[in-house]
Amino acid sequence: MQPLQIENLVKSFGARRALDSVSLELREREILGLLGPNGAGKSTLVRTIMGRVSPDSGGVQIFGQAAPAGNTESRRAVGVVPQEIALYPLLTVHENLGVFGRYHGLEGAALDESIDKALQWAGLHDRTADVTKTLSGGMKRRLNIAAGVLHEPRILLLDEPTVGVDPQSRERIYEMIESLSERGVSIIYTTHYMEEAERLCDRIAIIDHGRIIAEGTQEALVSQTIGGAREIVLDCGTAPDDAAAAALVARGASIDGAKVVIRAEKPAEAMVDILAVAAKNALPIHDLSMKRPTLENVFLHLTGRELRE
Amino acid sequence: MITSVARTSWLNLRRDRAAMVLSFVVPLVFFSIFAGIFGGQRNSTSKVRVAVADEDRSPESKNLIDALARESSLDVRLVPDAKQPAVRFDAKSVEEYVRKGSAPAAIVIPKGYGAAPIQFSGSSNAPHFKILADSSDPVASNVISGMLQKVVMTSSPTSMMRAGTRELDRWSGGLTVQQKSALDQNISTFEKSPAAKKAGGGTLVGIDVVDVLGKSKKNPVIAFYAAGIGVMFLLFTATNAGGALLEEAESGTLDRILGTRVTFTHLLLGKGLYLWMLAVTQLTVMFLWGSLAFGLELRTHLAGFALMAAATAVATSAFGLLLATLANTRQQLGALSTLIVLSVSALGGSMFPRFLMPESLQKAGLVLFNSWAIEGFTRVFWREEPLTSLAVPILVLVAFGIAFFAIARRMARRWEMA
Repeated sequence: MQPLQIENLVKSFGARRALDSVSLELREREILGLLGPNGAGKSTLVRTIMGRVSPDSGGVQIFGQAAPAGNTESRRAVGVVPQEIALYPLLTVHENLGVFGRYHGLEGAALDESIDKALQWAGLHDRTADVTKTLSGGMKRRLNIAAGVLHEPRILLLDEPTVGVDPQSRERIYEMIESLSERGVSIIYTTHYMEEAERLCDRIAIIDHGRIIAEGTQEALVSQTIGGAREIVLDCGTAPDDAAAAALVARGASIDGAKVVIRAEKPAEAMVDILAVAAKNALPIHDLSMKRPTLENVFLHLTGRELRE
Repeated sequence: MITSVARTSWLNLRRDRAAMVLSFVVPLVFFSIFAGIFGGQRNSTSKVRVAVADEDRSPESKNLIDALARESSLDVRLVPDAKQPAVRFDAKSVEEYVRKGSAPAAIVIPKGYGAAPIQFSGSSNAPHFKILADSSDPVASNVISGMLQKVVMTSSPTSMMRAGTRELDRWSGGLTVQQKSALDQNISTFEKSPAAKKAGGGTLVGIDVVDVLGKSKKNPVIAFYAAGIGVMFLLFTATNAGGALLEEAESGTLDRILGTRVTFTHLLLGKGLYLWMLAVTQLTVMFLWGSLAFGLELRTHLAGFALMAAATAVATSAFGLLLATLANTRQQLGALSTLIVLSVSALGGSMFPRFLMPESLQKAGLVLFNSWAIEGFTRVFWREEPLTSLAVPILVLVAFGIAFFAIARRMARRWEMA
């Protein structure tokens, strides 16, 4: 029985179809990345799982039980971390956790214990009396996440939890999320940062215009879309002359000023070949690199657009 | 450059509906309300309602009542209950009528008025009119007193002639032929005499003004304004605090809350409870200050105050929630609450007493919940009516509160589920 099973979700807002036959499953202990540009339907999907959006058709099952829209008992196993800093800015760190703990039905010693655990986990145990609005951006983000796990949910929905966070704080948040996964929590992680998806997620679902256009591990997605080819980039410093350019183009290269790009199924052979052409034509070599295909390339391949357009 | 700056400001205003409402709609609404109240909607001065008890039952007293009724500035009431026209006011029932606030003043025509309607020189033995006044309306009793003087003089020409003859006898020494020729000269003498001046000073008829309400109060108007201003600011506080809901929606906190065990009904009820406690505290502080600084008699009216504060807080807290759920943004709420709270306060009697308004506006004010709150507090602190008299205002306020909450719950569905 999977923690979350989503079947053929359809939701339209007026003429705009926000979710178009979306089917997904979240497996035990996995971090499933939901990757897509802004407006792709990620937040609508998360809100549907939360029960806040009533789908036109299709449904959600949580641990095998149908979860109709609304604040139902079946959703007690789900924790939510919204994209915004959804906290009370004038309350202290401890007071904010107390508020949301009580809203989750915790009280007394159980509440105190949950708050202590959350503070330790988020690295905020020495800031409990600080007023939330005085915290740094990264600390607010950590507190925002901590407020979503007080009731120890078995499924956690994280909606772009690192927006506006510096790289150091982001790394701290990744560690928090990984420790959750190790504790057995199944996580849906929405983002439009491919680096995050690559760093954190066991599987990735790419969503665009309300549709899941690809789903699988990063390797599987690359292999299914781009295959085993690698991109070799040669920077000559100046544009190659006509003879050199003709030799490079004959080997499948595209030339953009001083930059020569070749996509190769056998990258080692291709590199040797390019270096030989450069030597023969006295081309200066400023830089030579080989790039592994990324999710960005996958998205570009699937949609013809950059992920952050 | 300067015009570019001006144009940018104008474009911003055009896009900001809340600012447009505040700039153009609120002033028009207020202008209309104040014009309606003080302009009488094209009528001249609004009529002063006066109840009349005729203890004399003479032809002269009937003449006087008919003449009072013909006065365009007076709205004369002769019976306490229009359904029983045969039962006329007496001295007791007319006082009760004023005490209940049904009229700002009443006239009691004394026994013996018909025998000697007018005394130019004044006499302490002559029967005196009584004006029973509710001193919360200080204008009405003075207007009625002046109108009574005028009507007595103009309504009874025969009385005037008889009284004139008596005065002529007194001043001329008898109406002999010779003295008749001296009449004109004597009248001239009379006109210059202290007695004539006294007549002009308003003692043609003896009038005693009796405050049937508020005569023992140190500062009678405070009770009225404590209620009026208190209720108005309660509405502002409630709408402002209700706006926290909009902030929660904008900040995503609402999403988070609704992801917990808290349902929207829990959320609204919780916020309603907070607003209710805030309103009760605010009213308590207001009336305590009135008691300490202005001598408002809170200590002797604690039970009535507590009942009215609790009921008023039910209506105002639900009203705050309703406005918050009607608006989409804080800015909208600001414009909406300014418009509605000020309008409701003006028409409901927070800014000036409803009895000063034209009758049509007085009746219209009854559909506003705040007028019932002010009415209830007035019954407690001003008219000192028994607690049972608060049943109707309390029921109306609680009914308004329930209706406001039900509509707010309905409006909140847009946040609850997409």
